[in-house]
Amino acid sequence: MRVLVCVKRVPLTGGKMVLTADEQALETRHLGFTISPHEECGVEEAVRIVEDQGGEVTVLTLGPPEAEEQIRDSLANGADRGVHLVTDGEEWDPQATAAAIVETVRAEEEAGGGFDLVVFGNESADSGNYQVGIRVAYALGRPVATGLKGLSIDGGRARCEQEVPGGRDVYDVPLPAVVSVLEGINLPRYPSVPAKLRARSKPVEQRNPERPPARLERLRLVVPPGQGKQAEVLGQGPEAAPRVVELMRELGVAG
Amino acid sequence: MSVLVLVEPGEELSLQALSLARDLGDPVHVLTFTDQPELGAYGVHTVHVAEHDAYAPGAWATCLEQLIDQIQPTAVVAAGTNRGNEVLSHLAARRDLPFAANCIAVGDDGTVTRVRWGGSLLEEARIHAELKILSVAPHTVEATTVNGGSAEVERMDVAVNEEDLVVRVVEHAETPTAGISLAEAKVVVSGGRGVGSADGFGMLEELAGLLNAAVGCSRVVTMAGWRPHTDQVGQTGTKVAPDLYIACGISGATQHIAGCKGAKKILAINSDAEAPIFATADYAVIGDLAQVVPAITAELRKAQS
Repeated sequence: MRVLVCVKRVPLTGGKMVLTADEQALETRHLGFTISPHEECGVEEAVRIVEDQGGEVTVLTLGPPEAEEQIRDSLANGADRGVHLVTDGEEWDPQATAAAIVETVRAEEEAGGGFDLVVFGNESADSGNYQVGIRVAYALGRPVATGLKGLSIDGGRARCEQEVPGGRDVYDVPLPAVVSVLEGINLPRYPSVPAKLRARSKPVEQRNPERPPARLERLRLVVPPGQGKQAEVLGQGPEAAPRVVELMRELGVAG
Repeated sequence: MSVLVLVEPGEELSLQALSLARDLGDPVHVLTFTDQPELGAYGVHTVHVAEHDAYAPGAWATCLEQLIDQIQPTAVVAAGTNRGNEVLSHLAARRDLPFAANCIAVGDDGTVTRVRWGGSLLEEARIHAELKILSVAPHTVEATTVNGGSAEVERMDVAVNEEDLVVRVVEHAETPTAGISLAEAKVVVSGGRGVGSADGFGMLEELAGLLNAAVGCSRVVTMAGWRPHTDQVGQTGTKVAPDLYIACGISGATQHIAGCKGAKKILAINSDAEAPIFATADYAVIGDLAQVVPAITAELRKAQS
């Protein structure tokens, strides 16, 4: 099995959204960065499949030079090699992102390394466009199942499970295929120190795609109202308990 | 110019999407899969009903494509549900058109306001295409009816091809549910890093038992393996809307707030008076939850007896 998993570098936003002066981005000077949560589970899922069936996991990201950090994190968690589509930090819209990924997959195919499975997160934590995986699937002419909370590969087919109200919907999809997963499909491992060291010497190939004009064009970001209100303090420590129960009565939820 | 809306059978959120779609064009056409003449009350002119066996996103997208060719709409709209976003992504991919997911408002010349970060941030964007494809973020637009009006119902003769059915639901497994569901609970008692351990959730369970509440948690807790992911409230977990949400030892990261801001009231218990959760909560108790929570439980027992 050759598995490609696509990840995105996103800021760890903490408690408050603060924008840059031009309202084009989050102010990230004081923030750390991580892999978008669904994709973290995507990496884990890809690694488990290859641990079980043999093969190779390639991790791909489209992002600024600093996004190599997220590739190395994925390599420390068991991916074998990285492909970094290096950008100047400008955001790419979903169509442009998908096109760049498709171009890479085709180049790998031509070099003799096609992918049996391409894994995405269901949606990124920041822009939440819900569509890149599906666009890639159409461009490659492959079936796609999204929002998965369960995935097992057997005999050239993927059993894909979605959580729906009251139960699970199951899809039976022939490989090669594209899937997108949700957090909760697995619990990602923490990398060991030796694994982190090994990750440093795993290969990461860089490519420099060109960004086409956005067809879903971001004009500006806006912090929604409601941030920064002041809670009414009911009390300090256990002495606050009677006031809390009084509040529960007022709200009609005291049981 | 007409507008085309995908209405999922029995989906309240589709009615919200319809209400926003009315501002985009007239007459309003609907694609759905059960007879719903009552959609006339939402300003729908024609309900196109397609035969529907098992859910297959590609087949739904083919139905939309057929109606697009027939009625030449100016926009195609769906609810920002899993299926709504999935089907519109299929459509957008086939037609190589942009798709704006989870919009809360539409403006002039193709501008929309859409949610980012699960609603913690908004984006104003422009869709560069003649045919606008967009979904409506859940619970951001009210479902409103119009006076009079009953919709015509037309049966569709759909030419679904085999490829459309490669990815379809082949099996539905019911999961037996135990206890009170997080999404529907009137009260949620939720714990974060401050709870300290899996065992620490015992006192939250006890309080929840007295309140007929569900127990939730933050992402830190599920990543530490203290609670299953099904208990997680947040952008990548369950979105809750109880009358009262009790956040114990939760700092209030935007990831978590995206899941609990639907609560009518939030009570936060935290030893750190500077925790960001207090900028979202309605009520605060400042103190060690290991003392505060048992005290509330004891007080509640007294009151209930």
